[in-house]
Amino acid sequence: MIDQTTLWTVIVGLGIGSYALRFAFLGIVGDRPMPAWLLRHLRYTAVAILPALVAPQVVWPAATGGDPDMPRMAAAAVTLVVGLLTKNVLAAILSGAGTLFGLLWVMG
Amino acid sequence: MPSTTAKKHSTSRAYWTGFADGTPFLLVVAPFAMLFGVLATEAGLNVLETLSFSAVVFAGAAQFTALQLMQENAPTAIVLASALAVNLRVAMYSASLTPWIGAAPLWQRALAAYFTVDQSYACSIVQFEKEPQMTVPQRMAYFSGVLSPIVPLWYICTVLGALVGTQIPDNWALDFALPITFLALVAPMLRTAAHVIAALVAIVVSLLSAGVPYSLGLIIAGTIGMMAGAQAEVWLERKRSGP
Repeated sequence: MIDQTTLWTVIVGLGIGSYALRFAFLGIVGDRPMPAWLLRHLRYTAVAILPALVAPQVVWPAATGGDPDMPRMAAAAVTLVVGLLTKNVLAAILSGAGTLFGLLWVMG
Repeated sequence: MPSTTAKKHSTSRAYWTGFADGTPFLLVVAPFAMLFGVLATEAGLNVLETLSFSAVVFAGAAQFTALQLMQENAPTAIVLASALAVNLRVAMYSASLTPWIGAAPLWQRALAAYFTVDQSYACSIVQFEKEPQMTVPQRMAYFSGVLSPIVPLWYICTVLGALVGTQIPDNWALDFALPITFLALVAPMLRTAAHVIAALVAIVVSLLSAGVPYSLGLIIAGTIGMMAGAQAEVWLERKRSGP
């Protein structure tokens, strides 16, 4: 059982902290010009951090207790390839999901 | 004034484009929010506490982390530090969105900051890069469009999960909805060699640093990936303009 003081300290503290993280640049920097080197790094934020976020989940999925899983890896590969070839996000999602459910079903 | 009408028209079109782009995320957000509701109830939180948690913090992964650590009776400071570390990536999202919407009024930016999450960031950055001629109000309209279907469902499903308190069947494999959606969003963004290098380096480093505690491996991998992309860009430009 979590005690009430801890719970509310965490809720409020985490709320303020998370907001501060998000407000830092958007709110304080605003439309002030940022140096070229920083902008150059920011151009790669999405393509670096989103794959880094999912890579461990693809290789060691929590659902299998961290054991590498062929249907999940195949689904990830299909999603990536279809996305690269078609540049169509929805087509990539659907083919990835189709691969995952198809293989899970085939493999029982 | 035809120009005003045209502008208004395209702002509302930007909103609805965002709405359409945000809608597929319902499949990710609904089970994720319900799962939080279920786990929070199992940890002894009541419905009001669970909803407050989701509404005040509004960051799924950080909430799961905090809940887990509180159940393990970790010291409050450790709970806060770990959950914030998990959420450090949103500071990078905020920085990355700033060149695009930094000129919006402060109250809009203050609101956007609260709503900067994986889904709104990922959709927006794809759209802003694809159509750089969009105006700042159009970008804000698109951003709020993405959030419109997602946010109400985030709250509602948290409450549903807390009320129902049953597990989602494991064989739905919903754990994999998130990886698939993010890979699908990233693939079309890999336009140049520098983007591919950034992604590959980030993936390799994130796998190597998976054992680093408090999800700091993600921040390390993201930062090194960004540095690799930026460096590759400089190098490729120099090569092109060179002899």
